[in-house]
Amino acid sequence: MPSLFYMAAAIAVFSTLMMLTRLNAVHALLYLIVSLLAVAVVFYSLGAPFIAALEIIIYAGAIMVLFVFVVMLLNLGERATELERSWVRPRMYVGPAILAALLLAEMVIMLLQTHVAAHSIAVGPKEVGTALYGPYLIGVELASMLLLGALVGAYHLGAGKREAPSEGSHADTYESRTVAGGDLIRAGTDRTVGAAQSDFHPDVH
Amino acid sequence: MLKGLWLIPTLPLASFLVLAILGPRLARKAVAIVGVGSIGLSALASLLIAGSFLASPPPGYAYIQTLWTWIDVGSFQPRIAFYLDALSLLMILVVTFVSLLIHWYSAEFMLDDEGYSRFFAYMNLFVASMVTLLLGNNLLLLFLGWEGVGLCSYLLIGFWYTDPVNGLAARKAFIVTRVGDTALIVGLFLLFTHLHTLDIQELMRRASQEWSGGTTLAVAAGLLLLGGAVGKSAQLPLQTWLPDAMAGPTPTSALIHAATMVTAGVYLIARLHVLYSLAPVAQEAVAIVGIATLILAGLSALTQWDIKRVLAYSTISQIGYMFLALGVGAWSAALFHFMTHAFFKALLFLSAGIVTNALHNEHNMFKMGGLRKKLPVAFWTFLIGGCSLAGLPLITAGFYSKGRIIWEARAAASGSTALWVLSIVGVLLTSLYTFRLIFLVFFGDAKSRVSRKPGYAMKVPVIVLGVLSILGGFVDTPWFLGNVHRFSDFLQTSLPPPVEGQIHGVSELGSEGFVGLAFVIGLYFSYLFFLRRRNLAQALTARPFGKALHQFWFADWGMDWLYDKLFVQPILWFARVDKQDFIDLLYTGIARLSELFYRAVRTTETGRVRWYAAGIVFGSVVFAAIVLLL
Amino acid sequence: MRRNLIFILMSIEVMLNAAGLAFVVAGSRWMQPDGQVMFIFILAMAAAEVAVGLALVLRLYHVHGSLDADAASEMRG
Repeated sequence: MPSLFYMAAAIAVFSTLMMLTRLNAVHALLYLIVSLLAVAVVFYSLGAPFIAALEIIIYAGAIMVLFVFVVMLLNLGERATELERSWVRPRMYVGPAILAALLLAEMVIMLLQTHVAAHSIAVGPKEVGTALYGPYLIGVELASMLLLGALVGAYHLGAGKREAPSEGSHADTYESRTVAGGDLIRAGTDRTVGAAQSDFHPDVH
Repeated sequence: MLKGLWLIPTLPLASFLVLAILGPRLARKAVAIVGVGSIGLSALASLLIAGSFLASPPPGYAYIQTLWTWIDVGSFQPRIAFYLDALSLLMILVVTFVSLLIHWYSAEFMLDDEGYSRFFAYMNLFVASMVTLLLGNNLLLLFLGWEGVGLCSYLLIGFWYTDPVNGLAARKAFIVTRVGDTALIVGLFLLFTHLHTLDIQELMRRASQEWSGGTTLAVAAGLLLLGGAVGKSAQLPLQTWLPDAMAGPTPTSALIHAATMVTAGVYLIARLHVLYSLAPVAQEAVAIVGIATLILAGLSALTQWDIKRVLAYSTISQIGYMFLALGVGAWSAALFHFMTHAFFKALLFLSAGIVTNALHNEHNMFKMGGLRKKLPVAFWTFLIGGCSLAGLPLITAGFYSKGRIIWEARAAASGSTALWVLSIVGVLLTSLYTFRLIFLVFFGDAKSRVSRKPGYAMKVPVIVLGVLSILGGFVDTPWFLGNVHRFSDFLQTSLPPPVEGQIHGVSELGSEGFVGLAFVIGLYFSYLFFLRRRNLAQALTARPFGKALHQFWFADWGMDWLYDKLFVQPILWFARVDKQDFIDLLYTGIARLSELFYRAVRTTETGRVRWYAAGIVFGSVVFAAIVLLL
Repeated sequence: MRRNLIFILMSIEVMLNAAGLAFVVAGSRWMQPDGQVMFIFILAMAAAEVAVGLALVLRLYHVHGSLDADAASEMRG
């Protein structure tokens, strides 16, 4: 079991690093999905199978798919990749790397201070469920309210100028706009990316 | 009857309010009735009160009327209270009566002026303030009146404010007297800090108990109060404002700068005579100021060509006599001279007003002449007034009052021969410039045409004053001339008699004789220079030494120039240098500093999400570090 | 420090994931379900946030015409 953990962890770290350095959005997304899958394996090795399943279903399955949808929708194209190339310089990683290293160091220090013991007894879904409906009931309710809020907010934000009558999720809206010949879809190829480039502020950090 | 004491300052005050608010809408006649009438009623009230006081004097010859408590803070409770004794009674009688005459006179004099109601409003406010000053029971109320008369003086000197020269003169008067007022305030502080009261009677009582003769505190207080008196009464070194104050209307000059306000300093010192008895050094200073001013102003008066300026310098000189009397401890002599001076100086100013009015506002004496025939009333009254001023022996009031002072300058314990001789020289000078004035204006060939003759309202007051200038002296005569001492007896109920010193050498008779002699000599020389052979005077001034002296005396012994160099120029220089106001820089500096900080902080607000995200990360690193390390 | 908004959102997802991982590990170490419960909440929250975030990204893109995070600096100063 330990070896499973270390391998999955290594894959997770590696694929995350790859994701961070990609220029193409879709490539990065794919790497991110791999990373999530690896983390799910880590969860499984830690004895939380339920969580591993949830991770794959919700995180990799729903959220990442959403990302992919939007990226596809934006239809950025080659120009976007060029832009990324111009933006992403190696020296850009210096600052964040330092900060992340510091954080890592702090975490390691804190971990080392506490006594570490290795267990791999699984905590099954039954216990999780009991906990959810027991002490964490409030949290469940709040989470549902949060999701409702997100739903309404996303709908409202995505509704746009309400040119077309829309209901349901924002995906519909964009499709309808595409049909109506919205400018959004044509962006990236000819119009705005180039023009918007001119009033960029130079990198601050 | 004495209960009506409060009416005396209140009536003019009420009239001021009426005229200030309704004045522009009232007809000239109404304004005159209100303005003059209030003073008339006030004078009547003081007359009645005087009668009651003299007939049945209150216990201790002093009457106090308290109206209300003004301030009530801890142990400091000055009240609005009026104190009537011989001194204040005398002064309010003179002030209200002379004011009445002058107001009546100015009802006609100022008839052509646009600011008719404004004039009377100011004059009434002045009388109200002056009476408050005189009747005030505590130094705070006195100071209120003091400031009030200063204010009215400013307002009235600059009455014709459209001419900047008048404004300048008014400002000069105010600022110079302000210097004196500051000394006065510091003196009040000193008195209050050490004696814990400002009530005058109480103050004098405590001072005589706690301060033995000659203590530094008493001397300091005395000198500071002298400073205040010097400013208000235009003595050395603060006399520079009075000649320029002649820019105001003539009735103003008559009232304020001859008869009343300038005597406020005399009153102050007389009122606080206990303090001065406790501080002989301060009292000597008073005498020295008096004698120096006397001579200085007399010499300056000799060189002036403006008729009113001669009279101004003459006022300064005569008040010098009063200060001299106060300085040697002859309190009642000083007030005697005050009374007679009020009469003849007001008279001189008013008839000078008749003259200038008649000659279309011509002030230059050398352009006048031969008015003897054309303006007989003016001539005769002016002559009487002038003779009284110079001290024509035996028949004029001035002779008796001045003679008394001169004798006391010698005879009093703190008198000296030097003072006596100098004051007689002063008589000579007075006679000289007075008759110069009379001869130049009324005798000789006529140089200007007379256009306007005075009316009834202008003639009667001057005639009344003329009569008073003669009769006023007979209330107190030396022992060999009738031995009347009504006046000094009356005043001795509140002011102590002078301390007599060793008298040897000259007797009072001899002193009076010398005075008369000085008068005659002055008259003769004046006659010689200004009537008989005018070219003699011109020859004298043509020579370089004479010319320099003439100019020096004309310019008030260079004091204006001195003050300009000493005070005015440095302040102006500093104001120029400080144009950027480097004191203000401190405050703008603070503002600029905070602006700098603002700009610095502003750069962090870029509106860019990445920047904020970096900030969050950085902050969390810092916090984690703190948690770890601390 | 990427400028592209999509990448920023992706990085946020990574971070959330990492936090959840830490929670699960802690729960596993002490053998309590609380860690997993926490992770479920984090998951729900991440989903909601992604939904709204992407909607915002689309809005921003519509307004500015690019995915540059610096383009939305109207609250500067």
